[in-house]
Amino acid sequence: MAAAAAGPGPGSGPGDSPEGPEAEAPERRRKAHGMLKIYYGLSEGETAGRPPGSDPLDPTDLNGAHFDPEVYLDKLRRECPLAQLMDSETDMVRQIRALDSDMQTLVYENYNKFISATDTIRKMKNDFRKMEDEMDRLATNMAVITDFSARISATLQDRHERITKLAGVHALLRKLQFLFELPSRLTKCVELGAYGQAVRYQGRARAVLQQYQHLPSFRAIQDDCQVITARLAQQLRQRFREGGSGAPEQAECVELLLALGEPAEELCDEFLAHARGRLEAELRSLEAELGPSPPAPDVLEFTDHGGSGFVGGLCQVASAYQELFAAQGPAGAEKLAAFARELGGRYFALVERRLAQEQGSGDNSLLVRALDRFHRRLRAPGALLAAAGLAEAATEIVERVARERLGHHLQGLRAAFLGCLTDVRQALAAPRLAGKEGPGLAELLANVASSILSHIKASLAAVHLFTAKEVSFSNKPYFRGEFCSQGVREGLIVGFIRSMCQTAQSFCDSPGEKGGATPPALLLLLSRLCLDYETATISYVLTLTDEQFLVQDQSPVTPVSTLCAEARETARRLLTHYVKVQGLVISQMLRKSVETRDWLSTLEPRNVRAVMKRVVEDTTAIDVQVGLLYEEGVRKAQSSDSSKRTFSVYSSSRQQGRYAPSYTPSAPMDTNLLSNIQKLFSERIDVFSPVEFNKVSVLTGIIKISLKTLLECVRLRTFGRFGLQQVQVDCHFLQLYLWRFVADEELVHLLLDEVVASAALRCPDPVPMEPSVVEVICERG
Amino acid sequence: MEDDAPVIYGLEFQIHIIDFDDENNIINKNVLLHQVGEIWHISTSPADRGVLATCYNKPSDSKVLTCAAVWRMPKELEPGSHESPDDSSSTAHTLELLCHLDNTAHGSMACVTWEPTGDGKKVISLADNHILLWDLQESSSQAVLASSASLEGKGQLKFTSGRWSPHHTGTQVATANDTTIRGWDTRSMSQIYCIENAHGQLVRDLDFNPNRQYYLASCGDDCKVKFWDTRNVTEPVKTLEEHSHWVWNVRYNHSHDQLVLTGSSDSRVILSNMVSISSEPFGHLVDDDDLSDQEERRPEEKSQEPPQDSVIATYEEHEDSVYAVDWSSADPWLFASLSYDGRLVINRVPRALKYHILL
Repeated sequence: MAAAAAGPGPGSGPGDSPEGPEAEAPERRRKAHGMLKIYYGLSEGETAGRPPGSDPLDPTDLNGAHFDPEVYLDKLRRECPLAQLMDSETDMVRQIRALDSDMQTLVYENYNKFISATDTIRKMKNDFRKMEDEMDRLATNMAVITDFSARISATLQDRHERITKLAGVHALLRKLQFLFELPSRLTKCVELGAYGQAVRYQGRARAVLQQYQHLPSFRAIQDDCQVITARLAQQLRQRFREGGSGAPEQAECVELLLALGEPAEELCDEFLAHARGRLEAELRSLEAELGPSPPAPDVLEFTDHGGSGFVGGLCQVASAYQELFAAQGPAGAEKLAAFARELGGRYFALVERRLAQEQGSGDNSLLVRALDRFHRRLRAPGALLAAAGLAEAATEIVERVARERLGHHLQGLRAAFLGCLTDVRQALAAPRLAGKEGPGLAELLANVASSILSHIKASLAAVHLFTAKEVSFSNKPYFRGEFCSQGVREGLIVGFIRSMCQTAQSFCDSPGEKGGATPPALLLLLSRLCLDYETATISYVLTLTDEQFLVQDQSPVTPVSTLCAEARETARRLLTHYVKVQGLVISQMLRKSVETRDWLSTLEPRNVRAVMKRVVEDTTAIDVQVGLLYEEGVRKAQSSDSSKRTFSVYSSSRQQGRYAPSYTPSAPMDTNLLSNIQKLFSERIDVFSPVEFNKVSVLTGIIKISLKTLLECVRLRTFGRFGLQQVQVDCHFLQLYLWRFVADEELVHLLLDEVVASAALRCPDPVPMEPSVVEVICERG
Repeated sequence: MEDDAPVIYGLEFQIHIIDFDDENNIINKNVLLHQVGEIWHISTSPADRGVLATCYNKPSDSKVLTCAAVWRMPKELEPGSHESPDDSSSTAHTLELLCHLDNTAHGSMACVTWEPTGDGKKVISLADNHILLWDLQESSSQAVLASSASLEGKGQLKFTSGRWSPHHTGTQVATANDTTIRGWDTRSMSQIYCIENAHGQLVRDLDFNPNRQYYLASCGDDCKVKFWDTRNVTEPVKTLEEHSHWVWNVRYNHSHDQLVLTGSSDSRVILSNMVSISSEPFGHLVDDDDLSDQEERRPEEKSQEPPQDSVIATYEEHEDSVYAVDWSSADPWLFASLSYDGRLVINRVPRALKYHILL
C-alpha cells in the first residue's frame, strides 16, 4: 500500500518544498486535512482555510472541488507569459511532490493501525471460545447445587421444629430459675441496699406467684418472698423513719413502699409526721431568730428566711404528697390541707410576732418589701393548697400590718404636731434678743404649717408604698378600696386633722388657766393655723390624698366641709380662749392694783398710776402680736375728736343731749335713775363673748374683759375723795389710749363712765376733779 | 302666813324686810336702821327668826375695817308675825344689838354663817385668814370665841366666803379663799379636804346640797359653776358655763336640790335643772303602791328619757350686776335676786317644771 501511495511523484521529495520554512507547516497541514475531508465528503472543511472572496465553484482554483485542469491550463496559456508559466510549472511540480510524500506518510501510519487491529480481533476470537466452555461448566454446577440445597432443606425440616420447642422450654426454665433464685436475690438486694431493684423483682414475681400459689413449691417461694418483702418493707420504713435524708429520698422510700402495697393511709400519716418534724425544725429556727437576746435580723431577711425555709419546705411536701397520694382522693387532700393549715398558722404567728417588732420602726419601704415577699412566697402553696386558705390568711396578715402602719403613721403625725408645738413653745419662751421685736410669729406659723404639711406628705408617700403596682398584694380588694378610703383618707388624714383640732382645743380646757401654762402667743398661732386649715389646707390635703389613692370605695367619707367646720370651730375657740387669757392677765393687773391700794387715805392724784400705763403698754403689745397673724377688721366710724373727749360724767354743765350719768353727791337716786335709763338704751355687754377672726374683735374682747373687771373691783372698795379723783384720772387715761383698739369706742366710754360712777357711789366724800385738771395730768403722764 | 315669803336684803345702813304675799301679789316693805355702818354680808339665825348677823364697814377716816355683830329685830317685824301690815312700812325701826363678834385681833370680817341645825348658839365668822367659831351665850347677848384656826401660806390669804354644812351633825364648814375651797371640821378646827384651783379665778360663793351630804356647789370669776363631790376633789362632778361674767352666787333649792340658782355680774339670773346630780336623779321618787291604780299610765312615763341637765330659765330683768340670789325658805318655788342698782326681783319656778317635779 505504501508503494502505491508514493507512486505519483517520485521526483518530488519532502525536502523539495519551496516553503520549507517552519512557519508554513501548520497552514499546509490544515490544507491537507481539509482536502481529506473534502475527499471523504465532509463539508465542514470547505469553508476553512479558503481565502475569502474566492469562489468555491471557480474551476481554476487548484484547491477547489470543481477544478478543471483543461480550463486551468487554458487560462494559464492565455494569460501568462512564458516566465510565469515556467514558474507555475515548477511550483506545481513541487506541490505534487509534497502531496505525494504526505500521502505516503498517511498510508504508512494507517496501515500499522490496521494490522494491530486485525491481531486484536483474532485474539478475541480465541478468548470467546474459552469463555463459552466455562459458562457451560457453571450452568451444570449450579444445577447440582440447587439439587443439594433442596435435599438439605427437606432433611432439616423436623429438626427446626424441635429446636423451637427446645428454645421455649429454655425460656420457661430461665423464668423458673428466676423464681427459684428470687428469695436469694431479694436477700442480696436487701443486703446491698438496692431497694429499688428488689422492689422491681418482687413486683415482677408477685403476679406469677399469686397465680401458682396452689403448687407447693411455688407456695414455698412465695412464702419466702413474703418474708423477705416484709423485711424489705421494714427496712424501708426504718430508713423512712430515720429520715434525716431530704424530702426527695423520703418521697422515694414512700414510693417504694407504696409499690410494695403498704397501706397508703398509714404511709401518708407517717409522711406528714416526718414532714412536720422537718418543718417544725424550720419554725424553731425562725423562732430562735425572733428571740429577744440576739439582735434580730432585719425583717426582710426574716421573711426571706421563712419564705425559703418554711414555705419552700411546705411546698415540697405538698407537691410530693400530691404526687404520691393522688389516689387518696378528697380525704387525703383534706389531710394535707389540715396539716398545712396548722403549720401555716404557727408560721403566721411567728411572722406576726416579728412584724409586731417592726411596728416601731419608721422604714416603710423595707417593711413593704418584706410583706411583699412574704405574700408572694405564699401564693405558690396557696395555689397548691387552696383548701388550706394560706393565701387568704397571708392577705389578712398583710392587711392587719397595713392597718397598724396607718395607726403608726397617725401616731407619728400627732407626735410631729406635738413636736412642732414644743418647738414653738421653746421659740416663744426663748429669751428675746435686745432690739429684736419679739419672735416672728408669722414666721413660726409658716414653719409649723410647712413642717406639718411635709410630715403629712411624707406619711402619704410612705403609705402609698402599700398600693404600689409592683407589690403583689396591692390588687387585693382591701388595698384597692377600704385601705384607700377608710384607712388612708379617713383614718390617717381626717383622723390627724381631727386630732390636731382636738389637741388644739385641749389647750382651751387646760386647768392651769391661772398659771397660763399655755403661752397666749401659742393659742393665737394655733388659732390662725386652724383658720388656715379651714380656708385652704384641708381641701388641699384631701385632694392630694384622693389623687394619690384613687378611691374606688363607695363607702361614705367625711366631706371637706365638715372638717372645715370643725377646724373653724377650733380656731374660734382658741381665739376666744386667747382673748380670755389675755383679758385675764390685764384683769389681774387691774384687780391687784385696785385691791391692794388704800383708797381712803390716798393723796391727791398727781400722776396716772403706773399700772394704767402698763395696761396700755400690754394692750399695745397684744395689738402688735395679733396684728402679726390677723387682719385688721372693721370698726365703727369714729368721731374726729375721739381722743379729746372728756368725761361726760362730770360735765353736767355741758350735757349734750346724751343719756350720760350725771353724778351729783346730793342725789344718788337720781344718778341711779339716769344710769338705768342709759342702760335701757345701750345694748347689754356680753363680756366673755365669742370673737371674730380679726384684730379689732380680739382687742375689743380683751378690753371689755379688763374694764369690766375694773368696774367690779371698784364697786367692792370704799374711796376717799382723792381715791375717787385718782380713779377719774386713771379712767381718763385709759380712755385716751384704748379707744383706738376697739371696734366701737362707745363701749369703752360706757364702761369707763360706769367705773367712775361706781367709784363715786363708793365714796363718802365725792368731790370730783376738774375735767381740765384731769386732762392736764393725763397729757403730762 | 304660809304663802308669804319674807326676804331680807341689805342696802347701806338699812335693812329692808320685804313681805311677799303670794296670793295677792302684794309686796310689803319694812325698814330697819342699821346705824353702825355699811352692810356687806347678812345672815339669819336658823333657830330664832328674830336674830340676824351682819358684817359691816365701820366708818373711819383713814381705814376701812369690817366688823360683825348679832342683832335682834323688833318683835312685830319678825317674819311670820302679822301685826304690822301697812302702817310700819313708812317708819324705820331700829335693830337691837345683841353682841359684837370681836375681831380687832383678826382683821376684817368677810362673812358670818350660823350652825344650820343647832339651837342658834354657834356662829362661824371668817376674818381675813382666820376662821373663828363663836359661842353665843345668855340668849346671844355675849359672844365667846370658842376656837379658831388660821390659814398660813405665802401671800395675803383672805377668806372670801364660807358655808356651814347641814350634814354631818353640823361638824363641817366649807370656806373659799382665792381659787381654793377648803373643808373644816368644827370640832378640831382642822382641815378635812382642800380643792386647789377649784376655779380658774376667785371663788365667790359656795353652797351645800341640802339632800346629798357630799355635794357642794361653787361659783367664781371664771364664769363657771362647779359641782363637787367632797370625797373626790380632783375633778368637779359637773361644770356649768352659762354666764358670761363672774358668778357671784349659787344656791340650791332647799327641798328640790336639782334646782340651782345662780346670779352673775352679767346681770343675769339663771335657774338650772341639775337632774343628774340631784337626790332625785330620775324624777320624783314615788312609791309603787301609790301608783298601783295608775298602772296604765306608768309605761309611757317610764319610756321617757331621763330628764337631762338643762337651763330652765334665764332672767334678764336686771340692768346691772346681780350680787345676791336666794330661795324663799317658806315656798320652795319662789326666789329673789338683787342687783347693783337696787332692784329686787322675785320670781317663781315655771309652773310646768314645778308640776313635772311634783308629779
